[in-house]
Amino acid sequence: MNYVIEMLNITKDFPGVRANDNVTLQLKKGEIHALLGENGAGKSTLMSILFGLYQPTSGTIKVNGKEVAIRNPNDANDMHIGMVHQHFKLVHNYTVAENIILGKEDTTVGFLKMADAIKRIKSLSERYNFNIDPNALISDITVGMQQRVEILKMLYRNAEIMIFDEPTAVLTPQEIAELMNIMKEMASEGKSIIVITHKLKEIKAVANKCTVLRKGKYIGTIDVADTSIEQMAEMMVGRQVLFEVDKNPMKLGANVLTVENLTMTNKDQKQVLKDITFSARAGEILCIAGIEGNGQTQLVEAITGLKTNYQGDVWIHDKNISNLSIRNRTLSGMGHIPEDRHKHGLVLDYNLGENMILQSYFDEEFQHNGFLNFDAITEHTNDLIERFDIRCGRGEKTSSRSLSGGNQQKAIVAREFDRNPDLMIAVQPTRGLDVGAIEYIHDQLVKLRDQGKAVLLVSLELDEVMSVSDRILVMYEGEIVANVNPKEVTENELGLYMSGSKRGEL
Amino acid sequence: MKNIWKKFTTAISRFFHDDAGVSFLASTLAIFAGILFSFFLMLAFEPSDAFRGLSIILSAGFREGMSSLGNVVVKSTPIILTGLSIGFAFKTGLFNIGATGQLTVGAFASIYIGVHWTFLPGYSHWMVAVLGAIIVGAIWGVIPGILKAFFNVHEVVATIMLNYIAMYAVSRMVQDFVFESLKSESQSVHPNAVIPKMFLDKVFPDSSVTGGFWLAILAVIIIYIVLNKTTFGFQLKAVGHNKDAAKYAGINEKMSVVYAMAIAGALAGLAGAVIYLTTSGAHISTTYILQPEGFDGIAVALLGLSNPIGILGAGIFLGYIKVAGLYLQTLTFKKEIIDIIISAIIYLSALSIVFKSLGRWLVKIIDRLNAKDPEPVAKTGGDE
Repeated sequence: MNYVIEMLNITKDFPGVRANDNVTLQLKKGEIHALLGENGAGKSTLMSILFGLYQPTSGTIKVNGKEVAIRNPNDANDMHIGMVHQHFKLVHNYTVAENIILGKEDTTVGFLKMADAIKRIKSLSERYNFNIDPNALISDITVGMQQRVEILKMLYRNAEIMIFDEPTAVLTPQEIAELMNIMKEMASEGKSIIVITHKLKEIKAVANKCTVLRKGKYIGTIDVADTSIEQMAEMMVGRQVLFEVDKNPMKLGANVLTVENLTMTNKDQKQVLKDITFSARAGEILCIAGIEGNGQTQLVEAITGLKTNYQGDVWIHDKNISNLSIRNRTLSGMGHIPEDRHKHGLVLDYNLGENMILQSYFDEEFQHNGFLNFDAITEHTNDLIERFDIRCGRGEKTSSRSLSGGNQQKAIVAREFDRNPDLMIAVQPTRGLDVGAIEYIHDQLVKLRDQGKAVLLVSLELDEVMSVSDRILVMYEGEIVANVNPKEVTENELGLYMSGSKRGEL
Repeated sequence: MKNIWKKFTTAISRFFHDDAGVSFLASTLAIFAGILFSFFLMLAFEPSDAFRGLSIILSAGFREGMSSLGNVVVKSTPIILTGLSIGFAFKTGLFNIGATGQLTVGAFASIYIGVHWTFLPGYSHWMVAVLGAIIVGAIWGVIPGILKAFFNVHEVVATIMLNYIAMYAVSRMVQDFVFESLKSESQSVHPNAVIPKMFLDKVFPDSSVTGGFWLAILAVIIIYIVLNKTTFGFQLKAVGHNKDAAKYAGINEKMSVVYAMAIAGALAGLAGAVIYLTTSGAHISTTYILQPEGFDGIAVALLGLSNPIGILGAGIFLGYIKVAGLYLQTLTFKKEIIDIIISAIIYLSALSIVFKSLGRWLVKIIDRLNAKDPEPVAKTGGDE
């Protein structure tokens, strides 16, 4: 068989962990091969081995049938292997062309041959309909365009094998569709592509083959055309997965959160929130959808009090909280699962028990005359560990840093849910989590809604927006541009709102 | 015989599996490395005296019986307090380089009260003098705290500047208010303002030891409790570890910085009172010298890994080494060489964090040795 890449029986050990256990991946020329698995399944490790960032403990790698050793990314480049990382590696105040040639600059007597480079970039761009201006600054172009720059970087280096790490995480539905066309185009020209992902729909749409990993182990390689999404999910998780979120009809109550004429201006005098007015009612999951960086973060910061440089009013029930401190807002009945769990959600140097009382250590339950009640903290933590199924090695003494991402998130969810707030603000609560944990957190949010609480869900994932929410507000450039019912809107339409090409009724 | 060895190693391995155990091991290793290095230095400078030098360093605290040990206590008391000041600030995410300045202003306050406020009856005189030093030190600490919290001025820059302000201002004020012109230094404090011995003179006769040592121990206990048992300490540490998460949790992260610097300043101020409220002839001279105890405190805090109990031990160790430096002068070493030797020991000791990985490695080896025994480790150490 004419495989371009063969990774045979790869095993990789890290101290205490076997990240890859006898994994085999074979890639044919012109094939789009998906690498599927939950977080921590070992996908990234495997690709890092192929890209020369790690050395395998055992196993062999063959390129075009010849056994090779890939010691570092330069070796990988020489073998025409390229990679687009999840977080782009671009210099923001350089132009597109400068970024592309960076590290592979052709010169004559010390001077850059910029004109030649630009010519070549233009021709590559035209061939694949990239529609990109080589002289534009990276900071001025969209995330979708930045990704194309990364792809151009690989093409410029004559890559024949391309690795994409979670390429669709930051894109709009339209951009995703375009990316898939580009991938198919490149594959038809004989390039071979590996896509790391856990989005099953996209695999179905674009890939020929799919290799599934679970907990470092090789589960199997399948023909995508012959396999249903449900079967792939089962291979990935190891059990059956429900894709539809089970929801009872909603019972709407009074307004819990009311935001009136909220406006915020940032340091560069740019309006990041423009006159935002909305309310969230008891018994509904209100979702704020939008592409990253359109004011969602600032909106949450204003409501929770993390930033106070805004005009306008925020109400919880009949109480104006616009001028209250963060603590008093929290005590007014607000729960907050923050966007960045390491920055805001947890004190990583505190153990699990200490993190579980972060929002309530001052409560009579946990202190007496300023002295912490450690027995109560232990009991409380053990209770939460059990109720919310937080997997941790040493109970309350577990260092928060050592928990997996999913369990860190569960810990935050446990802490915030247990305080029983009337309003739960959940910002990308499932970001970076695997299917099982996502299912769990969605269930919890729905449960809260059924108890007659208001949930404000900020999400970038369209699947999540469509399946969990009762009502969707779309934000674009600091404004709310649409107020829609998920049952009456298509993903495509939502994408148009998100990219600012269409405005709905408010 | 084999049994005893196994029990011994098991006990050790259990102790060192604890993080506190590894820290202790690391600090001990660091100290040994420092002393070993000093031995090589002595071999290089004065080979004939090297072995005698080493024996002096090891036995300094006992050379003249309890009085030597008393000197160790005298030397270590202020640096335990400055170490505590710096260690406490570390725990709350601040680097208090300004202990020396806070100590200086505290020292001046205690001397001023000790000299002039003779209307205070009996014991209350020294107590007020100590309290004055604490308050003035705290104020000197609050200044960089406010600058950091509300104006985003880095505390290292602010405290370094305040060290010099304190040094020059106090030198000036000594001349204006408490000057002994014959010796060009501060006047002696009233006998009532001297911190009483509190039985320490019975334990350590013929030394200038005062009850200041008890005050340092009390401070260690209080700081330990504040940091580990109270909601206040919980807040301060949360801010130290992760300011953003603390803010998210509704902790006033700006005021926390101010409080933390106030406490750090108070501890350093107390160190100032402890040095000068004695009968042993400690006076502030009007020469421009930054008080070294403030900087020794950094080494103490690092060696003690910012843990109050660790700082107590590290402070006593450093005091011991300083006394050793005094005795080394009886040999042929020049004073500068002694300073280098002492500094080398402190320098290496402060690298205890580096030795932490070595400590873990040693623990692993002990484990492996034990694992070869038929009986598993966990069983010997089972539930009693």
